[in-house]
Amino acid sequence: MQSGNTKYIWELLNTVPDPEIPVISVVELGVIREVKFENDSLNISITPTYSGCPAVKTFMDDIKTCLTENDINNFELKIVYSPAWTTEWMTDATKEKLRKYGISPPSNIVICPQCKSENTTLISEFGSTACKSLFKCDECLEPFEFFKCI
Amino acid sequence: MSSLFTYTLRIADSSLILGQRMSEWCSNGPTLEEDIAMSNISLDMFGQANGFYQYAAQLDGTKSADELAFRRNEREFFNHQLVEQENGNFGTTMVRNFLHDVFNFLFYTELTKSKDETLSALASKSLKEVKYHLRHSSNWLIRLGDGTGESNTKVQDALEELWMYTGELFEMDNLDTELLNNGIAVDNSALKLEWDIMVNKTLVKAKLTRPEDAYMATGGKKGLHTEYLGFILSEMQFLQRAYPDAKW
Repeated sequence: MQSGNTKYIWELLNTVPDPEIPVISVVELGVIREVKFENDSLNISITPTYSGCPAVKTFMDDIKTCLTENDINNFELKIVYSPAWTTEWMTDATKEKLRKYGISPPSNIVICPQCKSENTTLISEFGSTACKSLFKCDECLEPFEFFKCI
Repeated sequence: MSSLFTYTLRIADSSLILGQRMSEWCSNGPTLEEDIAMSNISLDMFGQANGFYQYAAQLDGTKSADELAFRRNEREFFNHQLVEQENGNFGTTMVRNFLHDVFNFLFYTELTKSKDETLSALASKSLKEVKYHLRHSSNWLIRLGDGTGESNTKVQDALEELWMYTGELFEMDNLDTELLNNGIAVDNSALKLEWDIMVNKTLVKAKLTRPEDAYMATGGKKGLHTEYLGFILSEMQFLQRAYPDAKW
């Protein structure tokens, strides 16, 4: 085990995809708040996106699997609620990945991921997952999902 | 049982029971979008409940969050009676949720200032979600109230029926007062004024008439409930009661 090397851990975690949006990793999603070694044990603080998001349980399991497959067995995953997760922690590069995947990234202006038009209408505040709402584009008429700003 | 444990449990119970009620809409929504919306809200409520149950379990030290949710009887549940009321028609559900969402919005806004760090953190998390729950129920109330004669009658009737369960939201008992004095709890009675303003504003937009304050039901905090809670629990707890400790 590479004790003390948090950079290596961050790299490993960056290979764990978000179970519902596999183009981005849990690191890019912004849920990994802290990685640190304490007395030879690895502590990872994770903040849930939405309190009822079923993906949280899944990616916690995926993180455990990833670590054990890389011979890291002495670790603890801790849920932290404060500060509450916000889409502001997403980088522009991550947002671009979302857009290419067909999800309009969190932003004040909702832009169609297909034709990039700003002429869009809300269909429902609730989408296929807790983090998304449903829109349609009034230019190309395609429906699309928008990653809500919270 | 510490006061903080009971206080935390009360918050968790209201979230859990409302979440369970909302889950009954799953596959029964009036449109696909609404079906998804209500299932989403249900999940949020379960998630919030889980956060508070985890904390309660930690304070208690003997029972797990699952045990708290699935192995207590009606008299040991401290949720508001409002949240256990039947879904009725879609309009009834929106009225019930609206009345509770306004309360939740004000309650969590205050709870974020709690001296208890965990309660404050859970409140700020929940508040983000409650904001769009409130937007959802308010918009529907306006659409239905200011819709057709029939939709207006249905939501007005629901409002009259459910009004008697709103008084309890603002009650303060000894436990609340004790924790309020320690800077931990919210002063529920102080939320009433703002609740009235917010509710009245939406009712006006919805062309609905605010019912007269008359008899107000009480008892949720003491574990006294309407007949519905037992039925909710018997369905919700069945699996854990029949197969204790069963894992998914």
